[in-house]
Amino acid sequence: MITKRIIPCLDVKNGRVVKGVNFLGLSDVSSPLELAKLYSDSGADELVFYDITASAEGRALFTDVLREVASRIFIPLTVGGGINTIEDFDRVLKCGADKVSVNSGAIRNPDLIGQAAKLYGDQCVVLSVDAKRVDGQFRVFAKGGREDTGMDAIEWIKRGVDSGAGEIVLNSIDTDGVKQGFDLEMLDAVCQVVNVPVIASGGAGGVQDFITLFKTLPKVDAGLAASIFHFGQVTIEELKNELAANGIHVRR
Amino acid sequence: MIAIVDYGVGNLFSLKSSLHMLGAQAVVTGDEAEIAKADRIILPGVGAFGDAAKKLRETGMDQAVLREAAAGKPLMGICLGMQLLFEKSYEYGEHEGLGLIKGNVIGMEETLPPNLKIPHIGWNALHFTREHALWKYIKNGDFVYFVHSFYGVDCEDSVIATSKYGKEITAAVAMDNVMGCQFHPEKSGEVGLKILKAFCEM
Repeated sequence: MITKRIIPCLDVKNGRVVKGVNFLGLSDVSSPLELAKLYSDSGADELVFYDITASAEGRALFTDVLREVASRIFIPLTVGGGINTIEDFDRVLKCGADKVSVNSGAIRNPDLIGQAAKLYGDQCVVLSVDAKRVDGQFRVFAKGGREDTGMDAIEWIKRGVDSGAGEIVLNSIDTDGVKQGFDLEMLDAVCQVVNVPVIASGGAGGVQDFITLFKTLPKVDAGLAASIFHFGQVTIEELKNELAANGIHVRR
Repeated sequence: MIAIVDYGVGNLFSLKSSLHMLGAQAVVTGDEAEIAKADRIILPGVGAFGDAAKKLRETGMDQAVLREAAAGKPLMGICLGMQLLFEKSYEYGEHEGLGLIKGNVIGMEETLPPNLKIPHIGWNALHFTREHALWKYIKNGDFVYFVHSFYGVDCEDSVIATSKYGKEITAAVAMDNVMGCQFHPEKSGEVGLKILKAFCEM
C-alpha cells in the first residue's frame, strides 16, 4: 500500500536556510545540506526547497546548494520559488530537482503548466496554491499570499490538473501560522474535484494535527510543514511512530 | 565502469550521483564504444514510451543495449527504462520494446480498480516474489519510491517483486543478466542505494 508522505519544507535565501532553526547537534543550523541530511535520515519522505531570494546572485547560490544537496541526498526533491518560465524549470531540473512547484508564475502565465508537463511529464509539475476564504469562496492569492487574484481556488486547481499538474500543494492562508491544524474543509473541497495527489500545507501545530488530517481525509496524500520540524517541536521519527500507532500507513 | 545510457530522455543527475556515492565509476554516455567498454549498463528513462523507444532507435542505442545484454553484461532498466525491456507497450497506441523480457506494458487507469490516483506516486513496500541478487542488502517489505502510470503484465516468469496498489503490480523483473525496477532506486533513500550497490557487485 502506498504510504502517507511527510514533507519538511525549507526556505532558502542567498544559499542559506532561513526561519530560526534550532537543532541540537547540528554544527551549522542554516546549512541546507546538513538540514536535508538530518531530515532524510530521520525519515522525511521528500524535501521541498523554496528559493525566497530575489537577486540573480541569490539564484545562482540556490542552484549551487541544490546541486550539492541532490548529489548527497537520495529522496525526491521539489523546488519552488521564482519559477516563471520553462528556463526556470530547466535550470533547477539540471541541478537535481525531481519536481518543480509553480505558484505565482502559473497565475501570470497559466500556459506554463501545460508547457512544462509536455516537456518533463505531469509528475514533474506541482501546482502550489495559496488560498483564503473571501466572501464565502476559496480565493487564490498570489505573491506569497499578499494579492487577491479574484480567482476561485477550486476552479483554478481543476484547470491546473487538466493542463497537466501532477500534484497539488494546498496552502491555506487561513490556517497558516496559527498551528491549530490543517484546513480540513478547504482540503476536502479540493480532494473532491481532483484525482492527483493532494499535499496539505499550513496549520500543523503538532502530531495530532497530522493524525486528524489523514484520519478525516483519507484522500490527502501528504502533509507538509516547516516550523514544527525546524524548531524540533516534533521529530519526523516521532511523528511517523505516532501515525503508525494510529493505523496510518507510513514508511519507517 | 557503469554506462548510463544517454538517449536524450530524462534527468540523470541523481542516478549518476548515487552511483558516485557508492564509489562506483559511472558515465552518462551515448557513445557505443564507451558502452562496449563498460562492465554494466543502466537504461534510464522518464516520459512517454513511444517517444523514448523512438529516440532509443534513432540514436542507435537500442542495438548497443541489445548487443551488451546478449554478451551477458548486467543490464538494469529503471522506470521507463524497465518498461522498454518488455516486448510491447500499449501506452497511447502500440509500441515495440526491446523484447529482452517477456511481457507487455499497459495503463493503470484502465486495469486497476477505480478511484485509485494515477500516477502511482510515492513510497510503497516491495514484496519479494523470488530470491534475487538485487535483494542482497535489503529485506522484504522495505519501501521504495514509485512514479508511474503504466506497468508490466504477462511477465510472470520474470517478476522478482511486486507492490500493492489496488492489486499486486510488477515492481521488479529479472531474467538472467537483464533486470528492471519500476521504482527509482536513486530516489529511494538507503534502500535504493543498497539495491544499486548489489547491482554494482554483480
